[in-house]
Amino acid sequence: MKRTDTKIGWKSVLLMATVLMAAACSKKDTPGPDAGKTGAFSIEFDNIVSEETFGFHPREYTNAKGEKFSIKLLQYFISNIKLYKADGSEYTVPQEDSYFLVNGGDRSTRFTKVMAPEGDYTKVSFIVGVDAERSKMPVEQRKGVLSFNPDEGHEGGGMYWGWNSGYIFFKFEGYCGLISDDQQGDPTGNKQFKYHIGGFGGYSAPTINNVKTVTVDLTQAGTAQVREGLRSNVHLFVDIMQVFNGPHTFSIPEHPNVMFSEYSVNIANNFPSMFTHDHTENFVRSEDEL
Amino acid sequence: MNFKMKKLLVLAILVGLVFACKKGNDVLPDIFAGFTRPANFPGPEYDFSRNPVTEAGFELGKRLFYEPRLSRNNTIACGSCHIQSASFTHHGHDVSHGIDDRLGTRNPMPIVNMAWQGEFFWDGGVFDLDLSPVNAITSPVEMDETVPNVIRKLREHPDYPVLFKKAFGTEEITDARMFMALSQFMLMAVSADSKYDKVMRNEDGASFTEAEQKGYMFFKEHCATCHSEPLFTDRSYRNNGIGPNRVNDIGRDSVTLNPQDRYKFKVPSLRNWQYTAPYMHDGRFLTLNRVLEHYRNGMVDSETLDPVFRQPDGTIGIPMTDEEKEHLTAFLQTLNDREFVTNPLFAEPEINGGMLVN
Repeated sequence: MKRTDTKIGWKSVLLMATVLMAAACSKKDTPGPDAGKTGAFSIEFDNIVSEETFGFHPREYTNAKGEKFSIKLLQYFISNIKLYKADGSEYTVPQEDSYFLVNGGDRSTRFTKVMAPEGDYTKVSFIVGVDAERSKMPVEQRKGVLSFNPDEGHEGGGMYWGWNSGYIFFKFEGYCGLISDDQQGDPTGNKQFKYHIGGFGGYSAPTINNVKTVTVDLTQAGTAQVREGLRSNVHLFVDIMQVFNGPHTFSIPEHPNVMFSEYSVNIANNFPSMFTHDHTENFVRSEDEL
Repeated sequence: MNFKMKKLLVLAILVGLVFACKKGNDVLPDIFAGFTRPANFPGPEYDFSRNPVTEAGFELGKRLFYEPRLSRNNTIACGSCHIQSASFTHHGHDVSHGIDDRLGTRNPMPIVNMAWQGEFFWDGGVFDLDLSPVNAITSPVEMDETVPNVIRKLREHPDYPVLFKKAFGTEEITDARMFMALSQFMLMAVSADSKYDKVMRNEDGASFTEAEQKGYMFFKEHCATCHSEPLFTDRSYRNNGIGPNRVNDIGRDSVTLNPQDRYKFKVPSLRNWQYTAPYMHDGRFLTLNRVLEHYRNGMVDSETLDPVFRQPDGTIGIPMTDEEKEHLTAFLQTLNDREFVTNPLFAEPEINGGMLVN
């Protein structure tokens, strides 16, 4: 009896110690959310190509139609970020702070870092592109990546149509050897494809609307726990292959140039399928950890 | 302080201001009067509360308008293809030659009475005057430059930080301030001193001759639906039956992607037509006579032809006798505003004793 008692006692002590330690740890790292405080929150747009890492020409990939291609340029706007809690409440990031330009050639642009009230968020949403409201605003209300200013603006990447006022939401260019050298393909003989997708619905006359809102559920791969002084980072994979292989699968040589046209709607419809949630990094102290 | 003293003080301040202006700008101190709406014009479309026109802003806008650094190789300015003596279009060119003498596909539109326009260019693709320079700067056949590069060039230039400070209170050159200054210059390009305007405003005892009056009556009945007074455009997009050109420019359809807009183009103002030849979106007609002949019996039918041209007897066009045509021509002559095209306020400024563009 005594021996058994002692044995149980040791076990209990161990168990209790473990529980205490765990509690201490969780107390230190995950205090309960206080909606009066704010913490950093980011979505990471980590470009991939199918099951491979993202890389530029001459690296080659093969799409669902068996067509080999390489990538020359990739840029897209992300805007209007919203966070949702399990109870259905939502937080909309102030719109003017919510415009980002992700450049495939510059890894430092992959985070959309904002501030949000403390909380455990189970869902995020964002727009691929620039909303119609902002697209119509006067020049002084187009700041940061929406401006034309050197070093901060969008036009180094040519993300604007000067002839048809509006942002190019998604710009993807590359090479495919199957592209013809005539007017239907690339008359320069460089075998280039160009996808410049935009269109916010028109100013005075309605036209194509390629503004796509993407919603990502976080409950499977990790909710975002936003806490003061720390950062929560929702790490998404952005599969560029889905441009070709999405719900609307298409052939590169058949549609090597898609800009402001009816066909662009098909490509924009592929956008939501590009985004998958891989994991979430919570309680991050520095971007170096990401 | 009594009333008299107050009056004196106000007077002293005003005199001081005038001197300050003279000191700040010794080019044309006396003729800048700010933006005013002509008495026979409606309220402007442009929101001046965002961007009030000031003399310093206007002068900066003018300098930028005539600044070839807006183009890739610093050779083409806005003023290269928008020439004041041609009512700010490119007289004698069906389409303009831009950078490296590359040709465009459309006739440059005159920059006149922009304050009353809400959409710009032949297809209305640009919906904000402030954003219209982006089209010219980035077009590969016009200036072939990027806006950030232009801003870099201006920031490195010895004159511009000072000019921006005068206009906007800060030396920091941004896209918005550059666009707003250019708009200030364009907004001031108000043409409202033709004989027609003077008749309408009962100014200087002006009146139409008998031929002009008859022409005016014909105009009101047959032309004013689209070329409505006093701007002489209803700012709509219409297919006037000139038929597709060789490059098959589809016009407004390229912006709306609506087949109903195929071959529709902005109704241009008729003001200053004498200075703006050639005519139509591709500059295919060299004379007013040819334009009138087109409406009389040169029209090409198509699905989107404006219904206004369909006559009850099934013909298309505007029936017009030779006499009516003469009267109409006489009336149209009253729409030319010589004061506007010769107004020194808009002339290219002399910089260090030389011209930049012309």
